[in-house]
Amino acid sequence: MRVRAGPGPVLAVSAAIYVGAILLSGQAQYLLPENLVSVLGRAVALGLTAVGQTLAILVASIDLSVAALISASAVLASVVMDGDPAMVVPGVLAVLALGAVVGLVNGLLVAKARVNPLIATLGMALVIQGGLSAVVSNFAGAVPPAFQLLDQGSLLGVPAGLVLLLAVAAAASLMLNLTRFGSDVFAAGGNPEAARLAGIRTGRTVVGAHVLCSLCAALAGLYLAARLGSGAPWIGRDGVYDLESIAVAVIGGTVLAGGRGGVWGTLAGVAVFAMIDSLFNILGVDAFAKQVFRGVIIVAAVAAYAAGTRRLVA
Amino acid sequence: MTLAAPRPFAARLRGVNPVWAVLLLLLLAILLLNPAFAEPQGFMNFLRRAAPLCLLAAGQVFVLTSGGFDLSQGAVVTFTVVGASMLLDNDEGATGWVILVLLAAGAGVGAVNGLVVSVLRVPSLIATLGTMIALGGVVMTWSGGAPRGYLTDGFRAFGRFMWRDVPVVGLLPAALLVLVAGGALLWWLLHATTYGRLLHAVGDNPEAARLAGVPVARVRVIAFVASALSAVVAGVLLGGFSGVSLDVGTGAELQAITAAVLGGTLLLGGRGLVGGAVGGALTLSALFTLLNLLGLPQPVREVAQGLILILAVAFAVRRRGT
Amino acid sequence: MSAAFEMRGISKSFPGVRALDGVSLRAEAGEVHALVGENGAGKSTLMRVLTGAHPPDAGTMAVGGRPFAPRHPLDAARAGIAVVTQELALLPDRTVAQNVFLGREPGGWRIDRRAMREGARAALAVFGEGHGIEPDAFVRDLPVARRQMVEIARALSRSPRVLVLDEPTAALDERECERLFLAVERLRGEGVAVVYITHRMAEIQRLADRVMVLKDGRVSAAWDRVPAPGEIVAAMVGRELGAYFPRRAEGAGEVVLSVRGGSNAALRDVSFELRAGEVVGLAGLQGSGRAALARALFGVEPFERGAMALGGRPFAPRSPREAAAAGLAMLPGDRKAEGLLLAQGVGDNGLVSARAFARLLGRPDRAPRADRARIEALFRELDLRAADLDAPVATLSGGNQQKVIVARWLAMGPRALVFVEPTKGIDVSAKAGLHAIMRDLARAGAGVLFASSDLPEVVGVADRVLVMREGRLAGELPGGATEAEVMAVATGVVPGLGRAA
Repeated sequence: MRVRAGPGPVLAVSAAIYVGAILLSGQAQYLLPENLVSVLGRAVALGLTAVGQTLAILVASIDLSVAALISASAVLASVVMDGDPAMVVPGVLAVLALGAVVGLVNGLLVAKARVNPLIATLGMALVIQGGLSAVVSNFAGAVPPAFQLLDQGSLLGVPAGLVLLLAVAAAASLMLNLTRFGSDVFAAGGNPEAARLAGIRTGRTVVGAHVLCSLCAALAGLYLAARLGSGAPWIGRDGVYDLESIAVAVIGGTVLAGGRGGVWGTLAGVAVFAMIDSLFNILGVDAFAKQVFRGVIIVAAVAAYAAGTRRLVA
Repeated sequence: MTLAAPRPFAARLRGVNPVWAVLLLLLLAILLLNPAFAEPQGFMNFLRRAAPLCLLAAGQVFVLTSGGFDLSQGAVVTFTVVGASMLLDNDEGATGWVILVLLAAGAGVGAVNGLVVSVLRVPSLIATLGTMIALGGVVMTWSGGAPRGYLTDGFRAFGRFMWRDVPVVGLLPAALLVLVAGGALLWWLLHATTYGRLLHAVGDNPEAARLAGVPVARVRVIAFVASALSAVVAGVLLGGFSGVSLDVGTGAELQAITAAVLGGTLLLGGRGLVGGAVGGALTLSALFTLLNLLGLPQPVREVAQGLILILAVAFAVRRRGT
Repeated sequence: MSAAFEMRGISKSFPGVRALDGVSLRAEAGEVHALVGENGAGKSTLMRVLTGAHPPDAGTMAVGGRPFAPRHPLDAARAGIAVVTQELALLPDRTVAQNVFLGREPGGWRIDRRAMREGARAALAVFGEGHGIEPDAFVRDLPVARRQMVEIARALSRSPRVLVLDEPTAALDERECERLFLAVERLRGEGVAVVYITHRMAEIQRLADRVMVLKDGRVSAAWDRVPAPGEIVAAMVGRELGAYFPRRAEGAGEVVLSVRGGSNAALRDVSFELRAGEVVGLAGLQGSGRAALARALFGVEPFERGAMALGGRPFAPRSPREAAAAGLAMLPGDRKAEGLLLAQGVGDNGLVSARAFARLLGRPDRAPRADRARIEALFRELDLRAADLDAPVATLSGGNQQKVIVARWLAMGPRALVFVEPTKGIDVSAKAGLHAIMRDLARAGAGVLFASSDLPEVVGVADRVLVMREGRLAGELPGGATEAEVMAVATGVVPGLGRAA
């Protein structure tokens, strides 16, 4: 009988290491709630993206276009709003529409044209990034101060961004666990053949998952626009949101082969990454060395989950 | 449900790979827009600049044939360029051993990739992704975010040097020789050795290969090493005419995969074509040149590449009949 | 009163093999109809026709008196026909309730989880109290036996009028079997027509109201009652041995392969010897352990206890490569999934093992054990008809594909060869060719062991027959034993006594 690593134990161990390291380094003031909350606040954009990515991975697909979409969303939002509070709603709607279209195309490429999801979404990323860079080369437009509340405001002491993340995560979790669509997501990813035999329209499910994934990325772009005050074509790439969203989903227990995993596990993965970030900052570790560790941790987490499978992997 | 038979390998070889036809068309288009392209200066320059991608694509073919992806090639290229710059620090005499050290490091990266996939059973997507991130971090840490040092002339000669007054062709870039030598070596390894046949077997049906006695893990590791080594060589060439920067290799692996798929290599394993990959790389480079000539800015290039990638794979899926 | 369902004159052929020939089956409500036959007799094909997975070439079907021509398994499900096969189509990462109601979750866009849970519980109630399956348990945490029960519950949750159970007790122990029998009896009482596919005589005696025997795609015998086991077994076997089988060996040489006390998860205390020059058949019903034995010998799923020797030397392969290096060869049971490299050519398929042990940087067509010329010679010896070495192996017939794999191993010069289902999916004329090959291999000095579900083949070709039952070697019979004798040992029934042994 093999012991499966799960998001719970991983999170617990990480938290233990985090707390332990802080205490050992004699900087216990970092354990105050304000700091912890601020740690999580920095991870909002990643968290939003990762929730969407979880859905794509659950249907045995993947979405590598999220970083480009985040940049495009941020730019689109700032350009449409252009500092005018009356344009906030149109700006948000425009961004959501963009997200929906991108997700639709991704989903159709994967489900109908049967293009390898890695290639389909990478190609999409190139198209979006290219299109964006052709139009804009620097920060463009501006976000009105009212909209910046999304980053700077707070609800009952909790940063607004975090509230947004938790709300989106809760909605996604409820969707996955309570709705028929959510059940279809697990079926389509876990055993598409059995799902089809049972009458589930797996093609539609895959498309739907991709649309939701892209919408989450679009939301992340909106949040970043609020945070930065404007949008630029490189913010998605800078944050490495594509690869990191996959990484935190996998660390959180969502299996790349599909059919297994969940949103809360992904958030646990985000928390783990946020703790690593914060720990390295507190300990004064080189920001670059942190990156090395990140790479190693991602591989180690997947290896831990994969330990014990007999299947040959490519 | 029966399996549709893939296009016979032999028939494809006997027939000409369509990528060359596409390349020819693009070259003609370039020629029309810029007659100077036919001059040695124009044409040889084109080949010189395309050489790194050709090598990258040829190396990527090995991993693709085994059924996986190598996303760490770009990071290896960056590592090579930045690492060389810092190790050499304009010491001519060090050129030789620095290149050897970089090759050894590249082989190490490839071996790690291969072992993580074969022994730890981590899908290559994640394994090479992890390597890419970690290696990027190593480069950052080592260079402190701002690459120092200087590439020696000897090092840059590989990418930059051109023999003049050569009979027939006029100019002959050293990079072209490197490409021909490296390409020939990779072609030989994949198409003319026992190893190449075993690699195809592993990518085609890893379980059947295992049951037939093939050392699957060893075969995979070698494929990743080949891919990483070709990235090192590509990095040496790139260092010759590109500047030293932290994103010299960014996106390289994606271009390599696009080129390989354009040239007929199948994703998810079973058939690889080194010659086709080189043709695909030349085709991509020709396309970018054409776009430049048409005055279209760099971002359009990205869009074009994205569309080509998607179309090439979609088309390949159609052809395969799955 | 019209039957629950009726199939009339069903025929179905696949390339090279006639799976069903004019089979008629009528099942009444509130009855258990046992469908019996050895592997390959056509039982599963008949059921696949019933569920719409394969349209029949000829014949008609009716459900509840109305014509029935399903095009998709969902049509059959909606008509009230539920089938539980041996390949479980469950989602391991979902709960029992979620699997039971897959695709038909109660509620609208929002699933009514309570109703789903209750419905699952109700469906599972057919197994009586204390079955121990919780609707919220994950299927991956359930042992195989319980998964089987979930699959049955899924079938039952649609309140079918017809339930087909295909070898349902294959993975169950005594207690679980008893639960299943009680469930079947309960269903019968509720008016469901149950078609129960099995080869276990005891179960037929216990549950069936009628019995039908299929043999080679035809109805061999049908009764409106339950006859003695001996009669059933006799109807399953006993065909004309019109086929010519190669002459048997006169005596065997030294021991090439010996196993003593071999055990692992699927096998218990297996001991036997294989000698040079002999062809030994390995018989047994599905699930008896034949394939598991082959895998254990070849290092795929090694023995955990016991000892083996190959060519007189200790032999304990932990991988196929080690087994091959020591001189053993195995032709796997599933050609397409485990044997062939479908995107490669004929030559590549033939040379792959030789190449696996050659120098990596050497020329691929000049591996020491086999170069192109040798493999062509081997192909000729095996009478393999292929256009040329570069033709894709996928275009070859089943028989020729099998020969390619044989040639692959011949190039290695093995001491012993293990064939798993050597002639499965191969037409009759090609079968004879493969039998001759096996005999020739033995004559050339190798030991040949072949596992087969094809009884005439086992009895006709082998010098002696090892019979497996439930993971053990149940007995050994000399070549020339009758099919009935083999079947008797395989089922544990002694014909003529009318009682399960």
